[in-house]
Amino acid sequence: MSRKQSPLFLERRSYRLRRLMDGARLMPFLGAALWAIPLLWTREGGAPVSTSRAMLYIFSVWFVLACLAAVLSIWLDGKAESERSNPQEGPR
Amino acid sequence: MGTLNILIAVCLGYVALLFLVAFMAERAALRGRAKWLRSPFVYTLSLSIYCTAWTFYGAVGFAARSGLEFLTIYIGPTLVMIGWWWGLRKLVRIGRTQRITSIADLISSRYGKSPLLAVFVTLIAVIGTTPYIALQLQSVTLSFASFSANADEAGQLGDHDATALWIAAGLALFTVLFGTRNLDANERHHGVVMAIALEAVVKLFALVAVGIFVVWGIGGGLSATLDRIDASAIGTWQVPDGRWAALTLLSAAAFLTLPRMFQVLVVENEDENHLRTASWAFPAYLMLMSLFVVPIAVVGLDLMPEGANPDQFVLTLPLSQGQEGLAMLSFLGGFSSATSMVIVAAIALSTMVSNHIVMPIWLRLAEGGAMISGDVRHVVLLARRLSIAGVLALGYLYYRFSGGGEALAAIGLISFAGVAQFLPALMGGIFWRGANRVGALAGLTVGFAIWAFTLFLPSFGPGVFLPETVFEAGLFGNSWLRPEALFGITGLDPLVHSVMWSMTLNTAVFILLSLLTFPQPLERLQGAQFVNVFQHTGNPQGWSGGVAQAEDLMVMAQRILGPVEAQSLFQRAATAQGLAGYLPDPTPEFLQMLEREMSGSVGAATAHAMVSQIMGRATVSVEDLLAVADETAQMMEHQSQLEAKSAELTRTARQLRAANDKLTQLSVQKDAFLSQISHELRTPMTSIRSFSEILRDAEELGQEQLTKYANIIHQEAIRLTRLLDDLLDLSVLENGQVNLNIQRGSLTALLDHATASTGVSGAGLRIHRRGLDLDVEMETDLDRLSQVFINLIANAKKYCDAPRPELTIRVAQRDNYLVVDFTDNGSGVPRDKQDLIFEKFARVSDQKAGGAGLGLAICREIMSRLGGAITYLPGQGGASFRVTLPMRMRQAAE
Repeated sequence: MSRKQSPLFLERRSYRLRRLMDGARLMPFLGAALWAIPLLWTREGGAPVSTSRAMLYIFSVWFVLACLAAVLSIWLDGKAESERSNPQEGPR
Repeated sequence: MGTLNILIAVCLGYVALLFLVAFMAERAALRGRAKWLRSPFVYTLSLSIYCTAWTFYGAVGFAARSGLEFLTIYIGPTLVMIGWWWGLRKLVRIGRTQRITSIADLISSRYGKSPLLAVFVTLIAVIGTTPYIALQLQSVTLSFASFSANADEAGQLGDHDATALWIAAGLALFTVLFGTRNLDANERHHGVVMAIALEAVVKLFALVAVGIFVVWGIGGGLSATLDRIDASAIGTWQVPDGRWAALTLLSAAAFLTLPRMFQVLVVENEDENHLRTASWAFPAYLMLMSLFVVPIAVVGLDLMPEGANPDQFVLTLPLSQGQEGLAMLSFLGGFSSATSMVIVAAIALSTMVSNHIVMPIWLRLAEGGAMISGDVRHVVLLARRLSIAGVLALGYLYYRFSGGGEALAAIGLISFAGVAQFLPALMGGIFWRGANRVGALAGLTVGFAIWAFTLFLPSFGPGVFLPETVFEAGLFGNSWLRPEALFGITGLDPLVHSVMWSMTLNTAVFILLSLLTFPQPLERLQGAQFVNVFQHTGNPQGWSGGVAQAEDLMVMAQRILGPVEAQSLFQRAATAQGLAGYLPDPTPEFLQMLEREMSGSVGAATAHAMVSQIMGRATVSVEDLLAVADETAQMMEHQSQLEAKSAELTRTARQLRAANDKLTQLSVQKDAFLSQISHELRTPMTSIRSFSEILRDAEELGQEQLTKYANIIHQEAIRLTRLLDDLLDLSVLENGQVNLNIQRGSLTALLDHATASTGVSGAGLRIHRRGLDLDVEMETDLDRLSQVFINLIANAKKYCDAPRPELTIRVAQRDNYLVVDFTDNGSGVPRDKQDLIFEKFARVSDQKAGGAGLGLAICREIMSRLGGAITYLPGQGGASFRVTLPMRMRQAAE
């Protein structure tokens, strides 16, 4: 990976970008984990969870995930492509 | 009557609007100024064909029956979308670089462009999608029924089956008009995408409008509605764990593997970056779509009469409240959902059917294959139109056979479980290089069989395809083969049961066989291309240029791509190669590009086959390359053989040359011998002649002179005789014609005889004998041996130049050999002459030319005849000859 400009600045930027990519990769796991929580609600003996609260939880998770994805997509916009080592990669 | 007519008019008007939008979009795309067409939001909206009539009508019914479980169907795709960095990005990249036209194309491409796999995937896709299309027919039929029931015009509508048939026919026509107007090189349908984006907006708007009406118009505000929800039959969280997880997984899998989803996600994708936007926008869309489902379901359950179909609440609630306009909007939303799904699914399936089933068969049947003249596009288009009609006909048949009475969600889930069987092969194909064709085929077969047996066939109900006895007693009476309790595990939800077994065994077989079998070279290449798509984007398949058939390629390309496109493509390629005109050289790059372009129209496998057909033997597949490699190996072997032969020839030549040299030498020797002979004969002859002439001519010769001259003549005659004797002797010896006279005798006696014969005892030469005090008894040709001894002693007498010449004869016995050395005290033989003294006519010096130079040559021949040898022994203080001979001569030598 060749860096022609100020190395310190690029180093930080590419580091940040890489962590953002990691974040993007982790997104489905975060979503799966959050949405797996309702599995715990049907335990024996516990008070049943009302549908309105369940909806509130599930839709909140949905909203948060969509917002996170939006933030990630804005941050990853275009930079990720140029950051990768292979210059031929882009769509023809 | 009026309502129904209005309904039909609205439908037709709506369809006309869609047509207009599609037409405009295509025109704009053609003129290349359709930037807004390529907006990421259009892409996101086009993904919304995931939300079909199942979502629009069925989700409410699902919620009314099972509470929040319906959310799993939207949570799965949401997880896939927000995880785009993992899977979708790779799929889209692969789809773009490999010009993938369908999921069957992708799977077949990945596993070595296998036509068998493509056909198989296509068949599963068609069968798996059939319930889904039936679902759309059912929902639209029901929505018509709901409207007409409300307007008391049930009689006008006729029976449901007829309605469904009309709808199926209408949708088929609609799809044919929409999807197969042209054969796009990229298999992209700008018009269709634009139309379904519009439909996405319509259905979202309609559902949200109904939702707002229900919450704020009927329910009395947000908190009141929430209270009403908690008070309803679905007021508490009661989703079974297994179904929650299984359905989420299933919907996530189906989102990737449904042919229509694959079409919009991968094939219609204009730009990878659109995924970025869709990654959050599509989850948001899904969230909005499901937001009002529960309120509508709960309010519907409250307000609608007992027994009302909850699948129709979206439509019947506004109708029951007298909101005709809202109901119409809702109807349009549902109609949109159904039509967009059917259109895209039929396009996707027809592409697969025509590319992977019809075209290969047609190409095989048509004489001359891809090279016959005429436009093949009409065949492709016809195949697609027929496929669309066929797909819809299958959907209609499913609707008829399944009875049309089931909940929409139940039908949809059957479909999901069917296409989800592609998941192991798909994911394994893009993430695992070890995945191979055999594994994929076997996994798909197992998964499909289990799905068909446990879910698809039972969905028609007992007695239609599977007899009752199979449900109760299992297949062939095996109780562990009951469709809803495989391996004796009972009590599972049928769907969870089917998904669990089919997916688990599918994956297990896929992995196991991939591990156990060995892939073909092309599979391995494609595997590397797919798995490492981000590292290299080149096309794996190489074409060799070789024999150029650019014109044939042109003919074929025109038929697939259309004359104008093909010509411009060829012209561009020719220009790029620096050539004028329309025919570029068929370089590998050009062939690759052409194949890619054509694979956009007819699929990778078919395009490859067509180009192969035209390039004939000149094409190089990996198998060919391997064959070439084999041949190369053979040639190398051949070459090494040749090299060995050539080395042998060189050796032979060398031997021949040596032989020739020897022959030449022999010839020279012979010449020399002849001249020597002549010379040797001539000298005594000259003397004899001269003196005999004197005797004849001189008249006054004294007695003394007479005697002297006669003596000379006599001596010369003797010399001549001796010379001739020697020559004769040598010739006999050399030819091996000598007869040996083997006798027993003592060495001492032999030496005495030899010494005496030479007459040296009185002369100056003194002879000493050393060694072997005992007499040695020997068995050989004593005469010949004594000849050798005499010769050696005479030589010493003749040539020894010491003032007091002495000859030492030393006898020794080594093993079975007798060694006799004759050493004198003269100056010996100069080193450079030592090699020559045994040759004929070789004389060390001319001064004392006593003999003809044949003595030693004769000795050598005699010794070799007697099984011994005579050699010159240097470094003994004088001339020294060693005679070795066996104690007992073996006659066998002769």
